[in-house]
Amino acid sequence: MISFIGRSIIQKTITLFFISVISFLIIYLAPGQPSQIDPMNPKFTPEMLERFRKVFHLDKPMHVQYYLFYRDLLSGNAVSWKDNQPVLKKIWERFLNSLPLFIVGTLLTWTLSFPVGIRSAIHRGGVYDRSATFFSYFLISIPGFFFAYIMIIFVVNTFHVSVIGMETFGIGDNSLPHLIMDRIWHLLLPSVLGATAGVAVLSRYVRSQMLEVEGQDYVRTARAKGLPPDQVHYKHALRNALIPFVTMFGLILPGLIGGSVIIEAIFSWPGMGRMAYEAILARDYPVILTVNFLSAVLVLVGTFISDLLYMLVDPRIRL
Amino acid sequence: MKTIFVDTQPNGALAPKQSRWKELWFLFRQNRLSILGLIMFVLFFIVALTGLFLTSGQEPLFDPAQVRLQEKLRPPISAPNLETRNSANVPTLGVFILGTDNLGRDVFSRMLQGAWVSLTVGFVAVGISVLIGIFMGGIAGYFGQRHINWYHVLVVMVMTSGTILFSAGFVYSGAVVLITGHLLLFSLFLIKKMWGEQNRPKWFRMLLKGAVSVDTLIMRVVDIMLCFPTFFLILTVVALLPASIYNIMIVIGLTSWTGTTRFVRAEFLSLREQDFVTAARALGVGNLRIIFRHMMPNAIAPVLVSATIGIASAILTEAALSFLGFGVPPPHATWGNILSEGKRFIFDAPWLTFIPGISILIVVLSFNLFGEGLRDVLNPKLRERQ
Repeated sequence: MISFIGRSIIQKTITLFFISVISFLIIYLAPGQPSQIDPMNPKFTPEMLERFRKVFHLDKPMHVQYYLFYRDLLSGNAVSWKDNQPVLKKIWERFLNSLPLFIVGTLLTWTLSFPVGIRSAIHRGGVYDRSATFFSYFLISIPGFFFAYIMIIFVVNTFHVSVIGMETFGIGDNSLPHLIMDRIWHLLLPSVLGATAGVAVLSRYVRSQMLEVEGQDYVRTARAKGLPPDQVHYKHALRNALIPFVTMFGLILPGLIGGSVIIEAIFSWPGMGRMAYEAILARDYPVILTVNFLSAVLVLVGTFISDLLYMLVDPRIRL
Repeated sequence: MKTIFVDTQPNGALAPKQSRWKELWFLFRQNRLSILGLIMFVLFFIVALTGLFLTSGQEPLFDPAQVRLQEKLRPPISAPNLETRNSANVPTLGVFILGTDNLGRDVFSRMLQGAWVSLTVGFVAVGISVLIGIFMGGIAGYFGQRHINWYHVLVVMVMTSGTILFSAGFVYSGAVVLITGHLLLFSLFLIKKMWGEQNRPKWFRMLLKGAVSVDTLIMRVVDIMLCFPTFFLILTVVALLPASIYNIMIVIGLTSWTGTTRFVRAEFLSLREQDFVTAARALGVGNLRIIFRHMMPNAIAPVLVSATIGIASAILTEAALSFLGFGVPPPHATWGNILSEGKRFIFDAPWLTFIPGISILIVVLSFNLFGEGLRDVLNPKLRERQ
């Protein structure tokens, strides 16, 4: 156990180092300079450019830039090139905005896909199964933003509520229930849209896991003993089918920082995804690299947690 | 799958012999959704191919680029204005079957052209990822136990740092480091040949020790790739590189090979231990022939399935990139950029959104359903229970 933890920490640190190098190289070797982002701006005189390059260490050789950047990042001193705000503070503010979307979306995904998937597996080949299969493929295949536009038009025309942004503009001094309802309406659509693909994929996965277990010998034995079908399905089959999903709890973690660029762009939601998108447009390298680094850390922590969970849940696994 | 056809009792009643393809087709036919997917798949392919011929060349039959400003935003199946009608402005079929866009371009022609471009983006991106995936997975699965020596690591490190220096603009020092790397490679090779097994000095024996197995190395690379947020990475690279259709294909391909690598590696690890591979090796069949002639046909099934679904997701990724303004640049029409241009006119001209949107939906859906059908047919585990 201890040796497993030690080994994976060492391994993950090495992986993280390579990730930091690669993401830095992608940015560094890309054509164009961040100082040329706005060549028509009259304020950008050659002297200004020189100062800009000096302040942000752009005149240093590559390895020095790499060292300086990650030193700043790890000590929390990295600042955005665009507005001189500390990067971590910026990310934290946007993260708090994305968090409700993430929580509601994840809850929807996990609560919807299990009933759907289990029911499809139990009634394999039936009308319900086939229509659920078709519907989940429909949801996977529709271009996200096209679906979002249709949903926005539908909701706005049917319920006459506004859905763009985090709250209705200028709603300031209304009664509390009104404010809360407004927030909920604004939260609902983007999180439902963010969850659709997740529900579709996860319910398929639940179905296939469930089918896998239902074909095992011990389930047939349980059925042969004359147990009621519900007990066979939910006690014998489901409990064993759940094992892989326990490990997936760890893999939710990376979704925290990714945010959905497309959904947040459509709904003008001031979240992480949009901040990253704006940072890419502005060539705000510290923000891009920090988001990348943090999401890599979350992936690594997530896989680590899921390995540990696997060991806890399934005593047959010895890592 | 193979054991189905082997009858161990020669004097017993033999099952009617069926070819493998016939049996697969029989199983596939039972899944009605997959058949629908296959039909749409073939139809889309034909449309894209004819679209390529009808919309390219000097004087195409359907000109997707012709601007008719007096005909802009006409709804589907509308005839051109009579008073402005002249030979150049009349569409080939007499009416605008799918309407016109905000510049008066015929949407039908643009959809025809876009079908081919979208298909190319999907196929090339997936082709790149499948090639890399098979290569890496094959090496990891087949040669995985071999070790990379320290002197390999040394040479590769010197070479890589040289290349990085070179491409980062330090041409002089980069070239020096690269030449040193080559010299190192040659001298180490010569030393290895010169000294026999016994009288190698201790430091050199250290260099020949295995540092890391090939399998570990490749799987660590896969781990690293999996840590990057894929869409964000694609977006970063596409935004920083100059806009071009080839960059998009390459970037999508380079970021999606990890799944194929894992499938192929897993298949190869189990196939390598099987008797027919041992038999082939005992006959003196070469490694490459074993890999491509004997193992690959048995390992290709999951790759095919993931490739089919990969094409679908590449088309969706291209549409998403178009939406954010980083898609295939203007001279090419793709369904993604017709859709993302059309969304500005969703109330005045809903057909500009709905025609490409529903087309993408249908095509991607058919690819996914077809892939699903393939997976069911090719997976012997799921088949037994039928």
